Amino acid sequence: MGSIQLQNVNKTFGGHAVIPDISLRIEDGEFIVFVGPSGCGKSTLLRLIAGLEDTSSGIIKLDDKDVTDTPPAKRQLSMVFQSYALYPHMTVRQNIAFPLKMAGMDKGLMDKKVADAARVLNLTDYLDRRPRMLSGGQRQRVAIGRAIVREPKAFLFDEPLSNLDASLRVAMRLEITELHQQLKTTMVYVTHDQVEAMTMADKIVVLNAGRIEQFGSPLELYRAPANRFVAGFIGSPRMNFVDGADAGKYSAHSIGVRPEHFALSRTAGTWKGTIGVAEQLGSETFLHVHTEGHGMMTIRTHDEDDYHHGDTVYLTPDANRIYRFDKAGLAA
Amino acid sequence: MARAVTPARKAGMTILAWLVALLIFFPILYTIITSFKTEGEAAAGFSLIPSGTIESYIEVFSQRDYFKPFFNSVIISVGSTILALLVAVPAAWAMAFSPTKRTRDVLMWMLSTKMMPAAGVLVPMYLIFLNTGMLDKLHGLVLILTLVNLPIVVWMLYTYFKEIPVDILEAARMDGATLPKELIYVLLPMAVPGIASTLLLNIILAWNEAFWTIRLTAVEAAPLTAFIASFSSPQGQFLAKLSAASTLAIAPILLLGWFSQKQLVRGLTFGAVK
Ligand SMILES: Nc1ncnc2c1ncn2[C@@H]1O[C@H](COP(=O)(O)OP(=O)(O)OP(=O)(O)O)[C@@H](O)[C@H]1O
Ligand SMILES: [Mg+2]
Repeated sequence: MGSIQLQNVNKTFGGHAVIPDISLRIEDGEFIVFVGPSGCGKSTLLRLIAGLEDTSSGIIKLDDKDVTDTPPAKRQLSMVFQSYALYPHMTVRQNIAFPLKMAGMDKGLMDKKVADAARVLNLTDYLDRRPRMLSGGQRQRVAIGRAIVREPKAFLFDEPLSNLDASLRVAMRLEITELHQQLKTTMVYVTHDQVEAMTMADKIVVLNAGRIEQFGSPLELYRAPANRFVAGFIGSPRMNFVDGADAGKYSAHSIGVRPEHFALSRTAGTWKGTIGVAEQLGSETFLHVHTEGHGMMTIRTHDEDDYHHGDTVYLTPDANRIYRFDKAGLAA
Repeated sequence: MARAVTPARKAGMTILAWLVALLIFFPILYTIITSFKTEGEAAAGFSLIPSGTIESYIEVFSQRDYFKPFFNSVIISVGSTILALLVAVPAAWAMAFSPTKRTRDVLMWMLSTKMMPAAGVLVPMYLIFLNTGMLDKLHGLVLILTLVNLPIVVWMLYTYFKEIPVDILEAARMDGATLPKELIYVLLPMAVPGIASTLLLNIILAWNEAFWTIRLTAVEAAPLTAFIASFSSPQGQFLAKLSAASTLAIAPILLLGWFSQKQLVRGLTFGAVK
């Protein structure tokens, strides 16, 4: 079991409310991702759940039990840090065994559990090494091994992949997702990478300046963003926004169109523009178009042979997929 | 900005370094040389070549018991160092990993106690020792040297602990370590080099401390500092004998320092030398 509940949680650092007031319920077994721009309070929120920070006010419950004043050691949560935070003076084996040792497990069972965890994470050959003799990816695995070796109520991850190179990141992303499917334990995962958020999460919490902008499944957030901030944050490349009279035609203060929701033409369309940079990824191409009156727009296309730098194009948004926002930026 | 190190420059620096080292070490060297002279030679004026006699040593051993003050010095320096560490480890942990608004002030205040001349509190301290029956008692000296060196021990440990990433201690907490276990299994093993050099340096400081040890002892608890002092005052100028006594007093700590050079250098540069 591992449900997590935050009730009106506030965290203030030296007079500045980093988390003004957050309420959130995470169900047992869910994979939740906290996503948001740098400094929005993702780590702080995770550390509040972990117990590494004290709440300024509000209540935190684990399995419906109030743990607001329970020290981290007693919360039975496992955490993977961005820096990995391995114990440098211990071998890989000792690192992974540490939580079991703290729980007072007997040696025989402990050895077996460590061996199991090492096998799952391909660390069997490295058990007697010290962390400094491992690569970044291997250290990452040890950190995960240390987290999964016991059965915690939930796993907390703070940007665990941000120090890895791109291909390793993709591989580890898959491994963590698989691990979740296998263990079915609640996971709370912090990232500022919206691709990680989209691909891994059951539900995403979009944070901005310590507030929850939206809480929902990745597709809910993509299809029905609650406001301009979420619309701009979820989806890559970013949504294009248009204000003024053209938005007024759709009876909105501003409208948003995703790069993949345009029709391109050489002869006629809603907005005229000139192609600036064309980013070719092979499978698709992103055209950055300087439009007349609406600034730069990004278009995702598969017709890479037809459009080149300097060409004039006409863009027509897919009328069924236009997002409308009111003056306050809320979805209308 | 790497500057080219020419051989001439390097040789120059080497010679300079040796000269400075010799200058600093010279008083000790001359004491050792003098201890192997006769009283006549010692009084005769500056000379680097002793006759090599050990009569001063025989004289010193016949006049005073060396081993009692030696063991007193060991008990006082080691005892006060261990006691200081027991107090300083939790104090430095709190200041390094759980600082408050006033942590800086507390650190400065501790350091400021070292700025006051000890003589300023001699009379009150003497009276306290007199009234509590701690005069000329080993436990009294252990206590006062603990207090005298505590600020330095806390500062040194604080500086070492600051180097340890707090993430690692937090990881231990997440892994279920209570505070004592966090200290024993994670913090202390990681801080071993720092603690070792703090320990060594503090033993040396306590061994050499002469103000309180001389004034608060008479016979029973007198350490080697008092042993040296007893050769200097009443009998006039017996330089060779005084030098022999001094050499005997500093020899153990000089040996300790020699064998633990590496640790000590790390300690004094606060880990800057890796
Ligand atoms: N111990 C602290 N004392 C004072 N302010 C803090 C402290 N920890 C965090 N903050 C502030 O709280 C805000 C949120 O920090 P937090 O680390 O939670 O951001 P984040 O969303 O994790 O950012 P990033 O993506 O860069 O890791 C920041 O403005 C930060 O400066
Ligand atoms: Mg963060």
